[in-house]
Amino acid sequence: MFAIFTQFADWLTYSIFGLSPDSKLGDAVHFFIEDVSKIYALLIVMIYVVALLRASLNVERVRDYLSGKNRGIGYLLGSGFGAITPFCSCSSIPVFLGFTSAGIPVGITMSFLLTSPLINEVAILLLMSLLGWKFTLLYVVIGISVGTLGGFFLDSIKAERWLQSFAAKALAQGQQNDQTNHSQTATAMPLAQRHEFAKDETLEIFSRVWKWVIIGVGLGAALHGFVPDGWIEQYLGDGQWWSVPAAVLLGIPLYSNATGVIPVMESLIINGLPIGTTLAFCMSTVAASFPEFILLKQVMQWRLLATVFLLLLVSFTAVGWIFNAFSSFL
Amino acid sequence: MKQIKVLGSGCTKCTKTAELIDKLAQESGVHVNVTKETDPQVIMGYGVMSTPAVVIDEQLVHSGSIPHRDQVQTWLTQE
Repeated sequence: MFAIFTQFADWLTYSIFGLSPDSKLGDAVHFFIEDVSKIYALLIVMIYVVALLRASLNVERVRDYLSGKNRGIGYLLGSGFGAITPFCSCSSIPVFLGFTSAGIPVGITMSFLLTSPLINEVAILLLMSLLGWKFTLLYVVIGISVGTLGGFFLDSIKAERWLQSFAAKALAQGQQNDQTNHSQTATAMPLAQRHEFAKDETLEIFSRVWKWVIIGVGLGAALHGFVPDGWIEQYLGDGQWWSVPAAVLLGIPLYSNATGVIPVMESLIINGLPIGTTLAFCMSTVAASFPEFILLKQVMQWRLLATVFLLLLVSFTAVGWIFNAFSSFL
Repeated sequence: MKQIKVLGSGCTKCTKTAELIDKLAQESGVHVNVTKETDPQVIMGYGVMSTPAVVIDEQLVHSGSIPHRDQVQTWLTQE
């Protein structure tokens, strides 16, 4: 099914640009053209289809559903909804407050917010097409687990103590009138409206991510064509325990979304970077970014903010080590 | 004069929403006062979770996306 993109890249690289298939440059250019054209085509089709399916799912309905759920399953549900609910990261604060004032525990809200940047339809699609379904499944399971366990941990240390006072007050009020008025009832959405939503969504997401694809694949192509074979394996292989925490730290200042970082993952793995180290680097790049953490300062005290940040770093490092240790079984 | 507030944490979509309303109001000669509201506490007060959201004369009319042109037109012409 994807052969057409290879043929397209063959034709453009070798016939039009006249590059030799044996040269480093030809190799890198071919890789770039094949991946970019494939990803663009897939993105447009998939975003549209997924948007069509989830058009009637929104944060308001998730909140109504999550409020009053027991904690045991709440973290898992919060994390799961974080993965599938569309919302712009600039809405994190209002979503946090909306959940909180509905009396949803901080841990469940954080499960939702932690998983959300890690897993989304674009990420899953790219992983599937570039790295295969096994890796994708693994990625999704880890993403959901980090969110679920992270939320559970935050509640077990009573993280709500460290909210900003107005947010803490809203939480207390929300928990008192436990029976929140379930504002909207789910109404069936007609197909025309779904199409309208999906069209807007596709345009919106594509216009946001297309440049990340170019940057990500470009970096990947550069790695692919120019880093000597075996170099990564020799210096950053799984023999070096420190390479995982180093990858996590390196990922923090690099801010990207999942779309840009996945093509880089592909090249890193092809070039011999261990799977755990790659995962750790990518999750850190996507989920731990300073600008977004600074935003959370509006609702959290420094202590909670630092706890969440450390929590992420520790879990990504653990993920990296575990996967490096078990990668031979995959 | 209509008091229009655009709620949002200051992301590009919110800015675009405010600009769109301003522009359409000028085109159709309606006098409005568009302000941006970024305080999370105030946004929470309107019960809004997805931004950008639009409040006209203290009435929440829209949330979650940049509104369509015709939507904005309707708000502007409504009394």
